Order: sequence, then structure tokens, then C-alpha cells
Amino acid sequence: MINLIADLGSGLLGKLVRIGQALLMLLQATIVRPKASSFSRLIQQLYVVGVQSLIIILVSALFIGMVLGLQGYTLLAAYGTEQAVGQMVALTLVRELSPVVAALLFAGRAGSALTAEIGLMKATEQLASLEMFGVDPLHRIVAPRFWAGIISLPLLVAIFSLVGIYGGHLVAVDWLGVYSGSYWGNMQQAVDFNGDVLNGMVKALVFAFLISWTAVYQGYTCVPTSQGISAATTRTVVYSSLAILGFDFILTALMFGGTV
Amino acid sequence: MNKRWLELSVGLMMVAGVAALVALALQVSGGNMSRNAQSYAISALFENAAGLGPKAKVTMAGVTVGEVVSVAIDPNALMAVVNMEIYGQVDYLSIDSSASILTAGLLGEKYVGLTVGAEEEVLVDGDVIEDTQSALVLEELIGQFLLNFGDN
Repeated sequence: MINLIADLGSGLLGKLVRIGQALLMLLQATIVRPKASSFSRLIQQLYVVGVQSLIIILVSALFIGMVLGLQGYTLLAAYGTEQAVGQMVALTLVRELSPVVAALLFAGRAGSALTAEIGLMKATEQLASLEMFGVDPLHRIVAPRFWAGIISLPLLVAIFSLVGIYGGHLVAVDWLGVYSGSYWGNMQQAVDFNGDVLNGMVKALVFAFLISWTAVYQGYTCVPTSQGISAATTRTVVYSSLAILGFDFILTALMFGGTV
Repeated sequence: MNKRWLELSVGLMMVAGVAALVALALQVSGGNMSRNAQSYAISALFENAAGLGPKAKVTMAGVTVGEVVSVAIDPNALMAVVNMEIYGQVDYLSIDSSASILTAGLLGEKYVGLTVGAEEEVLVDGDVIEDTQSALVLEELIGQFLLNFGDN
């Protein structure tokens, strides 16, 4: 019995130590005066992390918007209030679905790739050789990837919301015949820029931090073998997905819990 | 990978993201700036315009012929002024047309219904419809009904 409690304690302490290590690593990597050359490395990573995630974001946004339009129409038409479909699609996307789904896709598409890349650099001793040259791998490898994630995800979430709303428009207005003015009008009456759009962006920023942090930490500290990299990549996706969903509940409770 | 193309695509993504945010601000959450250049503006004075808002439909014989731009109070008449944009091709609303505020279904949204009169002269930009019927306020109706019921 005593052993069990001791094991629990040591397990918890171990987790706390790892979180502390990850935080220290992040501080070391990011708190530094940027050089001119770090900007071009950031652009490079923005391309890999952001631009290359665009296709999956655009396609999923379009389909999620279309499904929302279809489901919302079917449900609301039963009460003769299908004009409210625009407001339903917009609020669902802007408040919840865009940040969460885009973040989950981003964790799978970009987070896993970051972990695998950094892990492989570690396994092939590229990180060690950088250190031999006197170049800090935290600044050179970790920092641009971390910042690229932080910058990309909010932009992708904004694009996701807009494309999703037009996807809903496509189904509800163009195919099912809801009046376009009602679609936009009800939406504009219901959606508040500060309360809904900006809060969605805050969520995106928090999720971007969680994903990028998890991804670079898991890559940087992985066991430098093929199994180790594979396990670290899996952990990145699992941990960041769980963190996204958990934090989403907390943020929603803080942002929208008191209202309605 | 060409470095120029790489920088260009990153720049485009940035612009697209910011543009999407601006579009969310304008199109989704508020001031829709796009206006039909072909339309003309008329307004109507109502005793009560409860439930009517911007972008609500303006219909004639059940067909959408325009939309509400704004609802305000007229400080002189102490009545609600509903400003509407009517599509340019609908140029046959006579000056004695009447306007009423109707509801789509029991729980549906409010809209303006226009009924054309007999005059030859038609409404032009800036005209005011004075023959109006106000919004139906369910609570008042129920109150009246209960009052009558109590008398009997």
C-alpha cells in the first residue's frame, strides 16, 4: 500500500520534472535576440508548417461547412426556422469547430512532422555536430519551428472559419434555397467580433502554443532510435490532441460559460 | 525548391490569413459593406417595429424585392423608421403602397410585406410609406385576450 502511494508520488514528480524541463527548453530556445539569418529560417519553416498544411485545412473546412449547412438545414427546417442556419454555421465554426478541428489536423499534419524531423536530426547526430560547431541547436533548429507553428495556426484557423462559412452558404443557400440575406443577416446579428471571432483566435493561439511546444520537446528529447522516433511522434499527436480538447473545454468555460 | 517561390507562398498565406480575419470581421460579424448599386431607398413609419432588424427581407406578394437597411426612431413622430433598399428592377410600387411587418411562421423571423395600391405614380428614391401596419406583438395580443376573457 505504502509502495503504491510512493510510486504514484514518484510518477507525478517525474511528470512535473519533465514539464519543467520542457518549459526551460522552450525559454532557452525562444528568449534570444533574433539575428537576420533567423528570419530566413523562420520563412522556411513557415512554408513547411503553414503553407503545406493549407490544402488539408481548406478541404476539411469546405466539407465541414457543407455538412453543418446540410445538418443545420434539416434540423431547423422541421421548426420552420431554416433562416437561422447561417447563424448556426457561423457560431459553431468560429467558436468551436475551426480552432479545434484545425488544431487537431495541424497536430497530425505539422506537429508529427516536426517531431520526426528533429528526432531524426538527433538520431543522425546532426544536433550533436551543430553543438560541436558552437551553434546552439535550440536556437537554430527548435526556435524557428516553434515560432512557425505559433504564427501559422491562427492564420489557418481564420481561413478555416471563412471557408467553412462559405461551404455552409454553398449548401444552404445555393442548393437548398435559404434566402442569402437571411443567411448573412442572421449571422451578422448573432456573431460578435470581439466575443466570438477574437475568442476563437485566442483559442487558436493557445492550441498553437500547445502543439508546437509538445512537438519540439518530444523531438528534442526522443530516444534516438527508430522506435524512439516513432514513439515520440505518436506521443506528440496523442498528447497535443488531448491537450487541445482539454484546454478547449477550459477556454470555452472561461469565455462563454457565464453568458447564454 | 526555389527560394523566391517559397517566400512568395509564405507571404501569400500571411495575406490570405489576415484577409480571412478581415472578412470575418466585415462579412460575418457586422457591417456588410457590399451594396447593390442598382437599388433605391425608401422608408416606412411604423408604430411598432419589434423584431425587425437590418438585412430582413422586404417582400411583395411573397417574393423578395429588397431588404431592410436599418431601423431607427424618428424623434419628431416618435415612430420607428424602417429604411429599405428595393431592387432597381422593381420600379412599379405605387405611391399609395402600404407596408406591414409580418412573421415567417410562428417562431420565424420578421419581414416587411408591401402591398401595391392603385395610383399611377410610383415610389422613387427617398420616398416614405405612411400607410403601415405594425408588428404583431404576441404578449400584447395575449394580454388583450385575457382582458376580454376576464370581462365575460
